[in-house]
Amino acid sequence: MKKILAILLAAVMLLGLTACGGDQSDDTMKVGFIYLHDENSTYDKNFMDAAKAACEKMGVEYVQKANIAETNDCYDAAVELVEEGCDIIFADSFGHEAHILKAAKEFKDVQFCHATGTNAHTENLDNFHNAFASIYQGRYLAGVAAGLKLNEMIANKEITAEQAKMGYVGAFTYAEVISGYTSFYLGAKSVCPTVTMDVQFTGSWYNEQLEKDAATALISKGCVHISQHADSMGAPTACESAGVPNVSYNGSTEAACPKTFIISSRINWEPYYEYMITCVKEGKAIDKDWTGTLQTGSVELSALGAKAPAAGTAEKLEAVKTGLMDGSINVFDVSTFTVGQKTLTSYKADIDSNVEGADTEVIANGIFEESKYRSAPYFDLRIDGITLVNEKY
Amino acid sequence: MREQVVRKHHHEPLMHIAKRDDMAWWKAWLIRLAAVLIALLFVGVISVILNGGVFFETYGTMFRGAFGRLGSGSTRLLWKFLQETAILLGISLAVTPAFKMKFWNCGAEGQALIGGLMSAICMMKLSDSLPYPLLLVVTVITSVAAGAVWGVIPAIFKAYYKTNETLFTLMMNYIAMQLVAYYAYVNAIPAGSGQIQSIDTGHLPVIGGQAYLLNILVITVLTVVMAIYLKYSKHGYEIAVVGESQNTARYIGINVKKVIIRTMLISGAVCGLIGCLLVAGTDHSVNANTVGGLGFTAIMVSWLGQFNPGIMIIMSALIVFLDSGAAKVADTFYLNGSYADIVAGIVILFVVGCEFFIRYTVKFRHAQKEVDA
Repeated sequence: MKKILAILLAAVMLLGLTACGGDQSDDTMKVGFIYLHDENSTYDKNFMDAAKAACEKMGVEYVQKANIAETNDCYDAAVELVEEGCDIIFADSFGHEAHILKAAKEFKDVQFCHATGTNAHTENLDNFHNAFASIYQGRYLAGVAAGLKLNEMIANKEITAEQAKMGYVGAFTYAEVISGYTSFYLGAKSVCPTVTMDVQFTGSWYNEQLEKDAATALISKGCVHISQHADSMGAPTACESAGVPNVSYNGSTEAACPKTFIISSRINWEPYYEYMITCVKEGKAIDKDWTGTLQTGSVELSALGAKAPAAGTAEKLEAVKTGLMDGSINVFDVSTFTVGQKTLTSYKADIDSNVEGADTEVIANGIFEESKYRSAPYFDLRIDGITLVNEKY
Repeated sequence: MREQVVRKHHHEPLMHIAKRDDMAWWKAWLIRLAAVLIALLFVGVISVILNGGVFFETYGTMFRGAFGRLGSGSTRLLWKFLQETAILLGISLAVTPAFKMKFWNCGAEGQALIGGLMSAICMMKLSDSLPYPLLLVVTVITSVAAGAVWGVIPAIFKAYYKTNETLFTLMMNYIAMQLVAYYAYVNAIPAGSGQIQSIDTGHLPVIGGQAYLLNILVITVLTVVMAIYLKYSKHGYEIAVVGESQNTARYIGINVKKVIIRTMLISGAVCGLIGCLLVAGTDHSVNANTVGGLGFTAIMVSWLGQFNPGIMIIMSALIVFLDSGAAKVADTFYLNGSYADIVAGIVILFVVGCEFFIRYTVKFRHAQKEVDA
């Protein structure tokens, strides 16, 4: 027995020795990614897939840290990635921002990029950057597909025009979500003028059961179509079992929901990753605040579902997409919606996220200019036609 | 044939298990070390199966994940390792008096979180009106008091109404989490996001330029104090007696209700202190994840450490090493987060399992001497 122990002890020493070695090659560029969850979350998987594709295409090394909470863990993860020799560090969750910012202030020769954040343009550091995409364009398009489906249901006498009520499962009563569901609703309304919408919030970005329950509750309240801005499969699966058409988010859910899946919009992060890598390679400054669009390829629609979408959806989407790209159609055209039965002519939004509150006029030429003054959405108006079922979160 | 054998040996079974006399301490530790090593070998094999990688690379990656590249002279990850070990140890120390008393305090998560919440509130609301030194004192005191209150509520109900403390303390966790979520929602920075990103004021002081040193020192002192309290104080003795038998305790004149309430006050107060270290010392923000499940891991550390603060240091370090090392392996080889849980699970299973060989011996038929474990 003692012999075995001796052998084991010798083995552990060997392990210790091999551990001290380690490979340190700093010639190639290296990008580090920090994720809130792992690939089981559709939100993080979207970032992971893009990271792999972009880094392999650009021929740079990449490392990841998954399951990093929005606490000091995030700062520690960033430090670890710096130690690993990363030239760029990217974090994917809103709550990572303060911790990434702390690391950015400490490691001035490493570039830090952060998705969905709001502070880069006010912090004004040379190595801290925010990025987002005009996903409201994608949601508007998805809304058009939903509206066409409603029209088909009305034409087939399944529902009356007045019963065209959609349900929307949101996470928080926060600008990013409000901008998302409003653009989705406006897309549907552009083809189906009688549409109304109920929004129910879960108070969580990822909670399968809550999202499922919210979708089911909306369906029982007479919603004939469901969409969501939350990260789990909760709402799509609830729709599939109830036979209610669903517009998904962050990628196609057709495999799991073949009967009811219409379309899904998502942000493709590849263009941004390629942009930031190119900037660092060429020694150029990365934008403080970068907004991806349909043009940059950052806003994407999945393939249409095989069964659920209405006839002619593909053609209509192509036309609207062209309109959005050439500027003949604007998602937040103030002539298409009212707030408190009034058309908006002026609105100040809180762009700088400071205690003073609203600071910037965002309506110009009859258009609410979303994502112009900073990449993260700031449309937080409650427009007519949309009812918030709850708002406590 | 078999019958013959059995008859011949007077119905002696093939083997039986007997309680072992006290084993030499160094022998017991050799067995524990061997268990960890065997478990790690096992982990290596599993890693090879999962990622098709090189066997030794797994260990190199684990070491790097836990301690960083020490060869390159960088000590940042080592500090992080010490910090995480200290915080886990701190919460484990907090629950230990309760567990030794056989009061199942599953509420350390909430007790620490409510302490952290009080810290955040002090940092945000009082920094304008109080001078910095006074602010620090108020922050620490309110955090400790909040933790103590969170701990003592279930204790009072247990002492006077015999409620089930496991459920009670568990439920208190959720209340604490919801309170934190609510506070963060109402005081969100930026507004409406439901999160407090960073509080700029009222941080605990940084000693010697090392952000984590204060926490490590505080918990070092706490470890010594708790070891003395449990082993040499009258309170520690009372806790041990109440844990062994409440009837005995009553018979020798110990006020059991008082001991339960007092011990949970201490347990909760220490949790509150750790919450304060986390929020005012390290995170400078608070959310429902601030304690991050350590309140539950601490229960395991306390048991694995046999309620002995000295052994708990080793167990905390082992668990932090496994968590950060396995997470690194998972990230390097693109395994998902469950891998880290699997690794920790295997090692802990072996560590718990080896206690069997320390406390018992397997005697085979015919065997004259004990089977050497």
